[in-house]
Amino acid sequence: MKSNFNKAIFWEDERVDGVDKVTGKARYAAEHSMPNMAYAVFVTSNIAKGTIKKLDASKALSMNGVLDVIYYENCPTVPGYSTNAADRPKNVAEWRGHKVLYDNKVRFFGQPIALVVADSLENANAAIRFVKAEYEIESFETNFDKARLVAANLKPPVNYKRGVEQKFKEAPTFVEAEYTIPIEVHNPMEMHATIAYWEAEDKVLLYDKTQGPKSTQGVVARTFGLPEKNVRVIAENVGGAFGSGLRSWANVPAACIAAKKVNRPVKLVLTRPQMFTLVGYRPQSWQKVGIGADAAGNFIGITHEAISNTSRYEDFREGIVDVSKFLYACENVDTKYSMLPLDLSTPVWMRGPGEATGCFALESAIDELAHKLKMDPIQLRLKNFTLVNPENKLPFSDINLKDCYNYGMDKIGWKNRSAIPGSIKENGWQIGYGMAVGVFGAGKGSASVRAVLSSDGKLLLECAVSDMGPGTTTSMSKIAAETMQMPIQKIKFKLGDSDLPPGPSQGGSGTTSTVGSAVDLACKTLQDKLKELAIQTAPAFSGLAMDAIEVKNEMVFIKANPTSKIDIVALLKLANKDKIDFTIASNGKTAEQLKFTSNSFSAHFVKLAVNPKDGKIKVLNVVTTGDAGKIISPKTARSQMIGGVVGGIGMALTEKLELDHVSGQIMNASFGGYHVPLHSQIPQTDAWFVNKPDVNMNSIGAKGIGEIALIGFAAAIANAVFNATGKRVRDLPITPDKLGFKSTGKA
Amino acid sequence: MKPCNQGDGRRSFFIKSASIAALYLTPSILVKTFAAESIVPLPIPKEKLSITINGKLLNLEIDARTTILNLLREDLSFTGTKKGCEMGQCGACTIHINGKRTKSCMQLALSNQNNKITTIEGLSEDNQLHPMQAAFLKHDAFQCGYCTSGQIMSAVACVREGNAKTRTSIQTYMDTNICRCGAYQNIVDAIEEVAKSGAKI
Repeated sequence: MKSNFNKAIFWEDERVDGVDKVTGKARYAAEHSMPNMAYAVFVTSNIAKGTIKKLDASKALSMNGVLDVIYYENCPTVPGYSTNAADRPKNVAEWRGHKVLYDNKVRFFGQPIALVVADSLENANAAIRFVKAEYEIESFETNFDKARLVAANLKPPVNYKRGVEQKFKEAPTFVEAEYTIPIEVHNPMEMHATIAYWEAEDKVLLYDKTQGPKSTQGVVARTFGLPEKNVRVIAENVGGAFGSGLRSWANVPAACIAAKKVNRPVKLVLTRPQMFTLVGYRPQSWQKVGIGADAAGNFIGITHEAISNTSRYEDFREGIVDVSKFLYACENVDTKYSMLPLDLSTPVWMRGPGEATGCFALESAIDELAHKLKMDPIQLRLKNFTLVNPENKLPFSDINLKDCYNYGMDKIGWKNRSAIPGSIKENGWQIGYGMAVGVFGAGKGSASVRAVLSSDGKLLLECAVSDMGPGTTTSMSKIAAETMQMPIQKIKFKLGDSDLPPGPSQGGSGTTSTVGSAVDLACKTLQDKLKELAIQTAPAFSGLAMDAIEVKNEMVFIKANPTSKIDIVALLKLANKDKIDFTIASNGKTAEQLKFTSNSFSAHFVKLAVNPKDGKIKVLNVVTTGDAGKIISPKTARSQMIGGVVGGIGMALTEKLELDHVSGQIMNASFGGYHVPLHSQIPQTDAWFVNKPDVNMNSIGAKGIGEIALIGFAAAIANAVFNATGKRVRDLPITPDKLGFKSTGKA
Repeated sequence: MKPCNQGDGRRSFFIKSASIAALYLTPSILVKTFAAESIVPLPIPKEKLSITINGKLLNLEIDARTTILNLLREDLSFTGTKKGCEMGQCGACTIHINGKRTKSCMQLALSNQNNKITTIEGLSEDNQLHPMQAAFLKHDAFQCGYCTSGQIMSAVACVREGNAKTRTSIQTYMDTNICRCGAYQNIVDAIEEVAKSGAKI
């Protein structure tokens, strides 16, 4: 939506979509309205596993305004759900998630079993209580800690080995310990929502909260047996997601099914408790890390084992042990990773994904080893620093962790740290310093961008990526402004619509690299087209070679004679063109770029205080540093880094999903029970970047920062808590009880 | 929902609403302890509501069960006010009712008879950004923007009520508003700047 606010001041580096967000004009999925729109609300199971014997919807159907109650007995045929290959659309694999509203099986507590559709939200909400289900209950398992001890419960492990297995045990000094992380839930502030409207029998329009309009388009097309062009997914603003929007959940097909059945547009918004069960979570994990070193600190061996949970009906795996394979120089590394199926819904990548889980264990273990070696933990990391990825033997395209260490040590006051835990006190509180490293792969995928230069000199760029908050429209506009050497105010980057040229899902810290490279390519192509046009139509340019011409400041110049120029608006007019309009695809890494391995790195530094009376932890100061190539948009990049610190404080100190293993029910499915960090828990954070273009990575020299902002942070906290107290907590979140304090019953 | 021209007294609403509220607002877990057969779904009467939203007096006929949040978002298209939990725990739906900051998900629309509501859409005048909106923009006090309306409405109240004297007092006051993207530090920077500027807000 276009804003018409006149601003007294203009900040050069503000978000291009910022005014819409501070004035409430930015519209999110559930905020679109359609004529005759109906409202749908899920009825969810109150058992963890079993079969629905009977579902009575008659009372609900008799209530005011209720249009339909959809469940397994009356659900319209969904082609993609069929178990019979012949009934499924071509090339559609068997649906492996739970088939929402489609069968009478219950696979987890809180699973949708029926959908009430009514003419108003109030009428739908009133009716859900009157849908009654009778179940045949089956035994189930939600207890990760218990189930993981039985080998038969685990899926076959994935193993990796270089050198000798368990070599660390032969080192003169080694540590070996277990690390555990509970289920954590994304909980973006905007709840997942879908509005579905069948514009024709075989054509559907969706407003959806998704990190990938193209991905959702594909899922809906495959599920309902439609050509992709008949599915349009719009997600112009996404109110956070952190991974929960990387796949389409039950609300997407359910809204489509309901809209088809009642023949009206249908809006389905999840409730906050449903956000804990229906849109994924960071899986619960157990890890064991062993590291050994010689007296000088050289790593002799690293062994990293992990188990994380998945659902009973789908596999979800992530890179928990991967970091141990390449972050440090070490000849002997072995890893083992298994999944443990439980009767819960399926997990999904949550910010930092498996690497955040893995780095908590690895970076804690390195701190433990440093303590045992009586070495400074930064010196131990420097000792094992490598310029070449030891797993694939390729050189890192760029790595500047040493600069991060230097900045962080200086700003946090590392020199004030004592190697003896618990030896510093300030105002009666025990002070601790800690640090840890984060790393994440820096990819570059395929994306297409449409560029439209219109006769008024404005440039429109389009790509079907979405933005869940980092500021994609801003960074893409900045890349275009820099390549074109024109004012950012004349550039508009449009996203969030599957009808635009294909782009990736926003995830895995890949948007800036992938879409940014495509924007850069589109702008360079546009410059070539302008040069060609000048040669063809402007007499002064006639017969010149392309490389004798330059495009900048909205002008086309002759390099050798800069006074010979034509502005691009005049050039279009001269050529009698109302616009230049083309779409261009940028592909993955080139052969030259593939000679390197690319990662973004971070180093987090924490100073915290622990109250010796009650174990309360107060994070006093944070310095977070990023090595992610060139920083395109310093202001929004800084916001991403400080946001990662907030997420990391949640992971380290407050967040834990609590399950009742008797019923299989989540006990804290609200912000009242599941504690995300609040204003008063957040310290002053200094976010700093190396900000050096990684020229071996892509044409723009920029890598992602979304994940590294969080990865490693929980270990920095745990290491600082150890430094403050001498107590090593290997089970997140770190709460006073784990430091040996009993609850006083007072908040 | 239809507009109507007459106001209606609070008293008659409260009498009617008692039974409706008992049935529809009781947590579902409690309702389930009754035999479902003993509960007869009632026809839902429309009620008259006279309310001023962002300076404009509206005479409405609404569903008695509608919260002020759903009235704004679903019926009146004031989607600037956000829904984050519907339990009064996140602050995304913060608005001003008669100048006082309130979580709009926790109030029935009908309990706001003759009240004056200000939403994020009504904060700025004459297409000029309110100083708090401008400060949020300057300090990049948001990422996804979803909690932002609520943060700004709380922030304005924070300064107006004299709670913006120190960073700590700002943080304590603003603990009612969750930001999952983690823009807290920038939000406090923005509030501090507006408070220090002495601008009349």
